[in-house]
Amino acid sequence: MDIGWFLAVSALIFTIGAVGVLTRRSPLVILLCLELMLNAANLALIAFARMHGNQDGQIFAIIVMVVAACEVTVGLGVIVAMHRRRLPIDVDEMQELQG
Amino acid sequence: MGELLFFVAGIGAIAGAIGVVAVRNPFYSVLALVSHLLCLAALFLLLRAEFVAAAQVVVYAGAVMVLYVFVVAYVGGQDEPLGPRAGNSLKLVSVIFGAVLFAELCVATLGSGLQLIDTGGTPAPGSFGSPAEIGTLLLTKFLLPFEVASFLLLIAAVGAVVLARRRGGLSNAEEQARYSAMDILRPAYTGTMAEAVGGRHTLPEATVTNTPAEAAAQADSGDR
Repeated sequence: MDIGWFLAVSALIFTIGAVGVLTRRSPLVILLCLELMLNAANLALIAFARMHGNQDGQIFAIIVMVVAACEVTVGLGVIVAMHRRRLPIDVDEMQELQG
Repeated sequence: MGELLFFVAGIGAIAGAIGVVAVRNPFYSVLALVSHLLCLAALFLLLRAEFVAAAQVVVYAGAVMVLYVFVVAYVGGQDEPLGPRAGNSLKLVSVIFGAVLFAELCVATLGSGLQLIDTGGTPAPGSFGSPAEIGTLLLTKFLLPFEVASFLLLIAAVGAVVLARRRGGLSNAEEQARYSAMDILRPAYTGTMAEAVGGRHTLPEATVTNTPAEAAAQADSGDR
């Protein structure tokens, strides 16, 4: 299978994730859409690693997965903190990020 | 065979991504993302990235998604109305933005003039992407990023605990119920700094109510 096909799928998934970040209001779903974008970048990295026959791109993808796990952890912590303080789980309502 | 697997996995991945964005209930969004991640792991396997595919299934589709399911269940996955509150104009703008972004990404990658992009990639040895190769690279060429990533995970874990903990500190009873190593090393009421500020144990009733003269008499009797 040509590498270009994989890159096209990656671009499409990235676009879907970006549209989701822009249109959805729940921070949970926005985090999920960020995951989509990171995974699309992972797919492109691995496709290029295969194209060049070099495994450095796969290491990049693993590091991206680590960063995504960190982002999920902190983001979900913020959401749980919002829930505990009885704040609305809605990014349109959250207009100031203070303590 | 490879083409068939690519189209099945690619369509599955795109359908899962659309499901994440389009489904109203966050719980179903998480489930759609799990199916998306599994299809993406199949695409990774087609690209000869065995270790990354395995890590994707185990770490991402397993551990991270369980975390998501926990938080969705805790926060309460209530349905939200789709689309921005400002009306359809903002949604239209975002869809146009998405179309432009897709066109730009396709031009940037497919139109880049890379000669190998229309091939199946350079021929690679059989061990390409195997755990042994990835592990060797992680511990030799990419040792510093590997260590930095571990520190990043530690910082994120501590940060999440700090963010999600109960506000307002411990209550007074919990403060009293805590024990330290000093409780074993020294008996109570022997003049530690914690007792001086009233933190460790409150003094017994007798010594508080006694007058200084009585206290001196008690000390004398103790000496005898």
